Amino acid sequence: MKYRLDPQPLEWIDRRESVSFRFEGQSFSGFSGDSLSSALLASGQKLLGRSFKYHRPRGVLSMANHDVNALFQSDEATNIRGDVTPVSEGLDLRACNVNGSLANDKDSYIGLLSRFLPVGFYYKAFHKPKKYFPFWEKIIREKAGLGEISTDWSATRQPKQYGFCDVLVIGAGASGMSAALTAADAGADVVLVDENPHIGGSLDYQLANVKEAAAVRADLKTRVRSHAHIRLLEGHYAAGWYTDHYVPLVGADGIVKMRAEQVIMATGVMEQPSVFRNNDLPGVMLASAAQRLITRYAVKPGQRAVVLTGNDEGYRAALDLLEAGIEVAAVIDLEWLDKRGPWAEQVKAKNIPILEQSAIYEAKGKDALTGVVVGEFDGRGCDSGLTRKFACDLLLMSVGWAPASQMLYQSGCKLGYDKKAHQILPRALSNGQHACGRLNGAFTLEQRLADGERAAKDAVAQLNGESVNMDLTLHRDSVAHSHDWPIIRHPKGKNFLDIDEDLQLKDLINAAKEGFDNIELMKRFSTNGMGPSQGKHSNMNGIRVLAEITGKSIDETGSTTARPMFHPVPVSAMAGRRFRPERLTPMHQWHLDNGVQLMEAGQWMRPEYYLPVSEAGASDAAGAGQIDQRQQAILQEVQAVRSGLGLIDVSTLGKIEVMGPDAARLLDVVYTMTMSTIKIGMTRYALAVDDSGVIIDDGIVGRIAEDRFYVTATTSHAAAAFRTLSLKIQELGLNVRLANLTGSMAAMNLAGPASRKLLSGLTDVDLSEANFPYLGMREGTLCGYPVRLIRVGFVGELGYEIHLPAAGAMEVWETLMREGQSAGIRPFGVEAQRILRLEKGHIIVGQDTDGLTNPFEANMSWAVPLKSKPWFTGKPSLALLKARCQRKLIGFRLPQGFNGQLPKECHLIIENGEIAGRITSIAYSPSLGRTIGLAMVDLPLADGATELKVRVDGGAMVSIEPCPTPFYDADGARQTADLTEVA
Amino acid sequence: MKLLDCPGIGKRPISEFDYVGAVRIPPSDADEATWADYVFNRDNAPGVMRERWYHRPTGRWFILERNTLTDEVVGLVDPADVRYKEPNYEVPA
Repeated sequence: MKYRLDPQPLEWIDRRESVSFRFEGQSFSGFSGDSLSSALLASGQKLLGRSFKYHRPRGVLSMANHDVNALFQSDEATNIRGDVTPVSEGLDLRACNVNGSLANDKDSYIGLLSRFLPVGFYYKAFHKPKKYFPFWEKIIREKAGLGEISTDWSATRQPKQYGFCDVLVIGAGASGMSAALTAADAGADVVLVDENPHIGGSLDYQLANVKEAAAVRADLKTRVRSHAHIRLLEGHYAAGWYTDHYVPLVGADGIVKMRAEQVIMATGVMEQPSVFRNNDLPGVMLASAAQRLITRYAVKPGQRAVVLTGNDEGYRAALDLLEAGIEVAAVIDLEWLDKRGPWAEQVKAKNIPILEQSAIYEAKGKDALTGVVVGEFDGRGCDSGLTRKFACDLLLMSVGWAPASQMLYQSGCKLGYDKKAHQILPRALSNGQHACGRLNGAFTLEQRLADGERAAKDAVAQLNGESVNMDLTLHRDSVAHSHDWPIIRHPKGKNFLDIDEDLQLKDLINAAKEGFDNIELMKRFSTNGMGPSQGKHSNMNGIRVLAEITGKSIDETGSTTARPMFHPVPVSAMAGRRFRPERLTPMHQWHLDNGVQLMEAGQWMRPEYYLPVSEAGASDAAGAGQIDQRQQAILQEVQAVRSGLGLIDVSTLGKIEVMGPDAARLLDVVYTMTMSTIKIGMTRYALAVDDSGVIIDDGIVGRIAEDRFYVTATTSHAAAAFRTLSLKIQELGLNVRLANLTGSMAAMNLAGPASRKLLSGLTDVDLSEANFPYLGMREGTLCGYPVRLIRVGFVGELGYEIHLPAAGAMEVWETLMREGQSAGIRPFGVEAQRILRLEKGHIIVGQDTDGLTNPFEANMSWAVPLKSKPWFTGKPSLALLKARCQRKLIGFRLPQGFNGQLPKECHLIIENGEIAGRITSIAYSPSLGRTIGLAMVDLPLADGATELKVRVDGGAMVSIEPCPTPFYDADGARQTADLTEVA
Repeated sequence: MKLLDCPGIGKRPISEFDYVGAVRIPPSDADEATWADYVFNRDNAPGVMRERWYHRPTGRWFILERNTLTDEVVGLVDPADVRYKEPNYEVPA
């Protein structure tokens, strides 16, 4: 580690712990606490990556999570950011964007062709003729993009945390710490977050050698760490601002979703590069990058340096280099020295040559910096005639700053260009938003501390409902820290404005010439700021260039708004932990013990079908066998219901009790059919449509008393049914109370010819046909539990729906299963129920109907009493739709013994090459011995056709034969007649 | 995620609420065009609106007066103020 310095007072590395890793096939070692880039640099590896387009050699730029040319790849991950990712033992890394090796990139020739690859080249070159585009697209896609994604990944899930605080302070530099302490001292509950592993911010790297800063630093850090009201989150970055101060804080272990009352942005500034020829060579870096390397990692960024500066900070950096034992060949100042402060005087006193009114005309070197050419600079251009050369392997750029204002923009704050500071600064902050520190133009340590205090006082005042809007500009520096034009033209170009996307100065000029002279258009046409760093080091210079070209001010030119996330967030962090609450019925354990295969139905887990326990145990066997087993089990369940007995858990049905003098009126409004005429002890089919006449739900309504009804709704619509009923109560001002019994009541459907016989031995309810007819509802007891029995016919057999409090459900279920054994009882699941109801031609809302289906299309005009009922939701629409029916649900069947490719749900019916309908349900019917189904078919085809063609997967056409429904027991004899003798 | 500063129960995450839009009353004796307008068109003009909201955890409907331009909640509306009687819609012969 020949570039490692002696221990630095604030260094992050732990020299006791050495870490070894591999990069591009070679072994490297660093210390715990090193970033990948710092460890490589410490070993003299300056070349870290290749650029996106021209495959030019690139090294360190910022060391601040903006070094997107130093992206690495391991077997597991790609686009690993070298400047911030810590080294870990055994890592094996490659550079991301290379063809061959990093040192010998076969695609580096592309840089030689750059003159033939003008901005917008792709848009212009490849779209005509159209037929060649797939050819070009393949090549472009191979060349474009960074890194390779390993498809051999394993799912990682990171739990999300939810946090709350009074004041969230983003950035733990001088102003952020000052703000956090001020707010916390005032009693506020404060969260202080910083993206770096350690607090301190620029106080630690920029003012590391400033003696006056030492005491302040120690004091701030100690107090922040020990304050009872401050929660400190190091190593977390605020990824974006969302409404009502919802800020995701992303760390290595996942996201903390922080809800704050007030947010103080102390996010600082991002150093901006100067634009000159070859400003991308390894060895050319931001001054702050060199300071970070020295103070955090004790890495010597070079041996002999030149510092380009447009502010005081450049002189500070020169002094820091000298402290680290690096030779400073010269300081190149874009302006006159008399504008500078005491740091410049100290540099001068050390006899370092200072060239005033000068700029870097070009940097020299092939794979790394070897020298610079300096020319006289008049504030706009550089005189190529009066040049001096300096040999150096390090060039620092200290020409200005752009605010880390992304989240201020996101929260709707107004920012504008300050012509004195040459920096974009906040102008008007939105509610609960505050900004302080360098982000707000406070540059000296005193200013930053005071500005943090000011922002915190403002935040605390707003917390207390007071409005103490202190002047934002109170602690701003009067001296500019940015140069307004650090941009040098060069006839040979390669003066990069955006190193993410390899954009040269001329690219932006050409984009503007082509008419893309609006900041948003220029960004998209040139792709300036669209690379992985999202313009963090290119947006400001882009604005300056566009303003210069158009002759407009910076404010008139505007800025693009950076959307969240601030840095890329791993998908694992965003996905979080799978959190899907499941609802289980009271009989769930029985299902589990008896070979159930579960399926999700909304939030509920429902039995799909049951494998007899012995079979279920062996069901881990071959896949093909499993499908047969599944099919077989379902068919057996269907047959059990048809020939003997079946029992299904329907506890997931919506169950609502409707009580009160206006109960009948409410149900008349909500459902199409008249409910006020139901006799006590009887039920009626309930169909609900919306205002536009579209079917939204069905169920049954039963009358318990004059003013008391029991309503069921489909599983998926249970919550919505309750919602609709309660809305109508409010709208009409009805005297009705609702009780949602969906969870507290269990329900099961005992179906099959033997159902009456079984039940009669267990209940005190008189089940005789005369006393308990079809569609009747009776209350009584079963196994000692109070129950409601409803005679329903959904599956087309004699059947009873048994509703009872959840506590008794398991006992009743077990009793029925035990006592029903002699009748061959089987539990049946949702799949068997679907076949049973399909055989009867019953629709399932949401399966056989879609978001446009009205009752006429579903052959349910019998459920729409347009004449006899003055009003129900959707009535006017249905009155209009009746004569305008465009399609119809029809039944169809396939020939017996059909062994071709089976159509599936949603396969299309094709007539004369056009779509004429779709299959909504299809299944093999064991009762009929053939495949049957329902299809929604356009009129008039639906009425007359004797054969329809369905296009199945793969494109083959299969014939289906329309037929009347119900398919099975068309006159409904089985569900009303007493069939116990037959069975 | 947004918060709704509900005058009834205080600040709650917006995801707890269902929103169904402005308070609307079905027209009685509507001709086809008027009814179609009621079913399919919404005014949606920015400004203070009376809106129906539903708070799922408590199963409560309430009417909120809200400025849709500034997203400021003005207050709760008494449902009695916007009550209506179901119309009597005769199907034209």
